[in-house]
Amino acid sequence: MSARTPFAAEETEGAGIPRLDVGLWLEEGFDWFQETFAQLIAWFDYAFTTTSQGLADILAGPDALILTVILAAIAWLMRDWKLALLTVPLMLFIVAVDLWEEALETLALVAVAAIVALLIAIPLGILAAKSRAVSSAVRPVLDLMQTMPALVWLIPTMAMFGLGMPAGITATIIFALPPGVRFTELAIRQVDSEVVEAGHAFGAGQWQILFRIQLPLATKTIMAGVNQVIMLALSMAVFGGFVGAGGLGNEVSAAINTLDLGRGLEAGLCVVMLAIYLDRVTAALGSLEGSTLSRLLRRRPKAAGQPGEGTEAAAASTKTG
Amino acid sequence: MPENTNRSGSAVSVRNVYKAFGRRPETIVRRLKEGAEREELTSLGTAAVIDASFEVAQGEIFVVMGLSGSGKSTLIRTLNGIQPATDGTVEIFGEDITAAGPRQLRRIRREKISMVFQHFALMPHRTVGQNAAYALEVRGVNRVDREQKAAEALELVGLKGYADYRPHELSGGMRQRVGLARALAAETELLLMDEAFSALDPLIRKEMQDQLLELQLELGKTIVFITHDLNEAMRLGSRIAVMRDGRIVQNGTTEEILNDPANDYVAQFIQDVDRTRVLTAGDVKEPPVAVLGAGQGPRAAHRLMREHQSSALCVVDQSRRLQGVVYEDDAAEAVAAGKDTLAGIIRPMPTTAPTTILADLLHAAAEHAAGVAVVDEAGRLQGVIPRVTLLSALADPSTDAVQTVPEEVTP
Repeated sequence: MSARTPFAAEETEGAGIPRLDVGLWLEEGFDWFQETFAQLIAWFDYAFTTTSQGLADILAGPDALILTVILAAIAWLMRDWKLALLTVPLMLFIVAVDLWEEALETLALVAVAAIVALLIAIPLGILAAKSRAVSSAVRPVLDLMQTMPALVWLIPTMAMFGLGMPAGITATIIFALPPGVRFTELAIRQVDSEVVEAGHAFGAGQWQILFRIQLPLATKTIMAGVNQVIMLALSMAVFGGFVGAGGLGNEVSAAINTLDLGRGLEAGLCVVMLAIYLDRVTAALGSLEGSTLSRLLRRRPKAAGQPGEGTEAAAASTKTG
Repeated sequence: MPENTNRSGSAVSVRNVYKAFGRRPETIVRRLKEGAEREELTSLGTAAVIDASFEVAQGEIFVVMGLSGSGKSTLIRTLNGIQPATDGTVEIFGEDITAAGPRQLRRIRREKISMVFQHFALMPHRTVGQNAAYALEVRGVNRVDREQKAAEALELVGLKGYADYRPHELSGGMRQRVGLARALAAETELLLMDEAFSALDPLIRKEMQDQLLELQLELGKTIVFITHDLNEAMRLGSRIAVMRDGRIVQNGTTEEILNDPANDYVAQFIQDVDRTRVLTAGDVKEPPVAVLGAGQGPRAAHRLMREHQSSALCVVDQSRRLQGVVYEDDAAEAVAAGKDTLAGIIRPMPTTAPTTILADLLHAAAEHAAGVAVVDEAGRLQGVIPRVTLLSALADPSTDAVQTVPEEVTP
């Protein structure tokens, strides 16, 4: 970036408080970062482009109708036939307004960003739950990531990657990551301490307690975090259009630039359709108990013979016997 | 089975254990040792356990009793190191918990100690069977073996056939049975029970207490049981430690605590105890003043009664098996009639086992002037409980509600 032209006055409103060039310092820091980690940035650029583009290509491979059926099947497995039925009109709408390819690109971008965000967020959340120091160190960073106006994140990412998908993905990761950390930390902390204590009492190690007690019991809340991450990623992915991240975002920003209300609304509604689908499916992640998948999985052991009804009576008789 | 005795033969040996919470627990302990009171140190933190020492013999049920906040739950957690003692030593079967590193501590917990929790602490994401097998899973026992052992433990607690249920499908009492099965499946010698039955309603609680006593007889585990309920403590414990404000204020048998409370605090506690349900025939029995051989005659009986100023005597055979009782009137009549044997004047006498609670003796004692005889399983006479003994056993020694008339005149 070129040297800053100070458009602000040298004096501030408050008498005697000098103008701090915070922006300039941050910019210099950012430049340093960019130069030092040029290799790394180039690698991420490549990785993000290939994965998101690759994923978009795979999604675009089958016919729109076939993919709709597949998405409906996923909805059926994760929850029930009602959600599967809902999927069909959602997807058909997108096809009908001829934004299918764009929607798939957005979906790919959201998928890559959300996965990367979760890969960072969940371990970080676990660490934060285990250590008070990590927790208090991470919290202000999360606040910064979440409350900084979303569009501002597009500036440094565009500076790093230039126009295109990687910039959009990076900004999306930054914006979508915080709830993943927060929910994971909360989820682990919420696990009944007596149960964790029972783990210790029977001599379980730290990892056994984490993987066999804390994570399984935290799944529901962590999945609520996953849902949040995905929804935020979708909303940010649309802003990605401003840096040419592609997909529906490009349509939206083009519509803004040309004041094309119809085009903008069509693209916007497609985002809504995707959002409904993603939200319902990921919300079902938290409670797989009643899902079709769990029912299919459970059918087999059930047939192997369970004790019959009249449980209380059976207990009483075995006890006295 | 590894040898599990130390010099004293105790299962658990706790010596001068302190546990303090706060920023500098060591300072709190040092101040306490210098003679500071617990209340003076509240600004530094909380002294949860102060100078606790006790021994638990193998196969014993040792009860720690105290109100909430008395430090009993912390004390039990120092036994398996979940709350490491700030000062003092805890030995479990001769191994010093307080000196063990994390790895050794985990090993001791896996092999020697299991625990039952107040709110069951079952894992809701696992089936009842998997919960019961948890300790074995942690220990690395293979699936087949641990499922079998878990099934055995579930059968012991009366939950056969429930292995595939989830904990939330069971009632509170059944859940705690799972908790108990989990601890039993671990096959450790020592069982720590932290208010294990406090969350259950009274009927279920009594049922669980009975079951625990049965299991204890069957398996001979060493049990440290925490409770805030003195009736429960007295029912279960061979010995009871009463805690108050972090200190053990009395440590003794049920009888010692009932009849000789160490201080007002303990005395206040035992006021509410239903002594008829706590004390047993074995606790209050007296050695028979004299017994008659079945072969002796009425003359001997009469003489013995006069000698001992007793109105009735138990009759036993050569192996001390109780035959019945002879009353003074009958003996005198028989002497007057010139009879040579006791035949015809031996009357039936109610008998009971040493473990019977006094409540169950009241009826029989009311009907028989000679009181109740305590006999062992073979029918051998161990002692008698005359009515007077029964009455005074029921009395609270600390009460002063009764005055004697005429009052003694003080000059």
